[in-house]
Amino acid sequence: MGNVLRLALVIAAKDLRAELRSRTALLSALVFAALVLVVFNFARDPTALSAQAIAPSALWITFTFGAIVALNRAFAMEREHAALDGLLLAPLPREALYLGKLLANLAFVAIVETVSLPLFVLFFNVDLGHALGGLIAVIALATIGFVAVGTIFSAMAVRTRFAELLLPVLLLPFMVPPLIGASTLTARLLDGRPLSEMYGLVRLLALYDIVFVTLCTLLFPAVVDE
Amino acid sequence: MMPSFASARATVRRGRVITLLALAGLAAVYVLALDYTPVELHQGLAQKIFYLHVPAAWTALLIFSLMGVVSIVYLWLHDERLDLFAEASAEVGLVFSAVMLTTGPIWAKPIWGTWWQWDPRLTLTLFLFFLYVGYTALRASIHDPLERGRFSAVVAILGMLLVPFIHLSVYLFRTLHPKPVVLKPSAPSLPPEMLRTLLIAFVVCLLLYLGLVMMRYGTGVAERLREAGGEAGEVADAG
Repeated sequence: MGNVLRLALVIAAKDLRAELRSRTALLSALVFAALVLVVFNFARDPTALSAQAIAPSALWITFTFGAIVALNRAFAMEREHAALDGLLLAPLPREALYLGKLLANLAFVAIVETVSLPLFVLFFNVDLGHALGGLIAVIALATIGFVAVGTIFSAMAVRTRFAELLLPVLLLPFMVPPLIGASTLTARLLDGRPLSEMYGLVRLLALYDIVFVTLCTLLFPAVVDE
Repeated sequence: MMPSFASARATVRRGRVITLLALAGLAAVYVLALDYTPVELHQGLAQKIFYLHVPAAWTALLIFSLMGVVSIVYLWLHDERLDLFAEASAEVGLVFSAVMLTTGPIWAKPIWGTWWQWDPRLTLTLFLFFLYVGYTALRASIHDPLERGRFSAVVAILGMLLVPFIHLSVYLFRTLHPKPVVLKPSAPSLPPEMLRTLLIAFVVCLLLYLGLVMMRYGTGVAERLREAGGEAGEVADAG
């Protein structure tokens, strides 16, 4: 197990190194996220709707689309010059490959989220203060869940004819439980309610993460092995 | 072992008979719903759609669970027939979930006062429909049959596990849907005529599923045999 985790970190480091050298995907995801936040402000009639009222939805729409941009990139990179075949030939457990890809995607999405959260606070005039700790926990729980499923789907979608279309179509239903949970929790946290009050939703998010990370790790060999 | 053209053709023929029986059963359900069951006190005649909406929803959910189980076995045994069965089930399931999603708003309009409401259970059954769409779209976009089988099996297994999360959320979020009247720990709170009609309608739906799946499965087998370079001339009859 320790070995699997070590190899997973090697894969994740490789992915992030490649990404930080080119920076194209990261930059496009960041610009995209900033753009969504800005557009949201213009799409709202300020006399009818306060910025705070749509803040939770704006935040989660930004994160969701940012994550899809990130996930589309995850295996597209491996397809060029048949890099995936090289990875599969390496003496590497498939579980480690999956977990490495998952970690790299999580890091990638986390960067996008870390940059868009302050922008969100700025544009939407929300006071995070006391809610910050709880909000970070909620963001982490929800992100792990849909990125876990998204990682396995991006490995599949990249080998089909309509990769960029298929990933969101497949992923959408799987995003619903984490997104409903996360946006409800975000709204309540921004209202100044404590996280302990919504224990049921937090547990649902945690359960989702455990179930789908485990399942995707087990199913990943079926996706890459002939 | 793949079945032969002859047995594929026999499956399609048997499926056709079962489908016709199920369609006759469906007509009987209409008669029962309109004539045999009492009119609901608050909802009036609008409630009659219950006998179609609920069995279709149950069947759509059941088919997806079945596809999940079959897919687990497929990844284990690599038997092509299981993959073809899952493919056939997905297409029939797509139809049942479309019935569920069209009858729902027709019921909702007079009762809730709106065609569509972002009620959690409605939202999540919409996503069950999207699961079916995603599954069929994935199958359509992969050329290699073995890869298609493995990928779609993974989606079906993950989807099956998503269904309990759908049910969990019914209880965790506010809902406009009626609380369960049949599938709950205590005894069903329906008049016996209503319950009987509902169960008959459910059996009819299952029969319809069986018949349609057999026809689609037989066609799928014939297609697979043709792709493998079988007797091309016989395909037309089997389909």
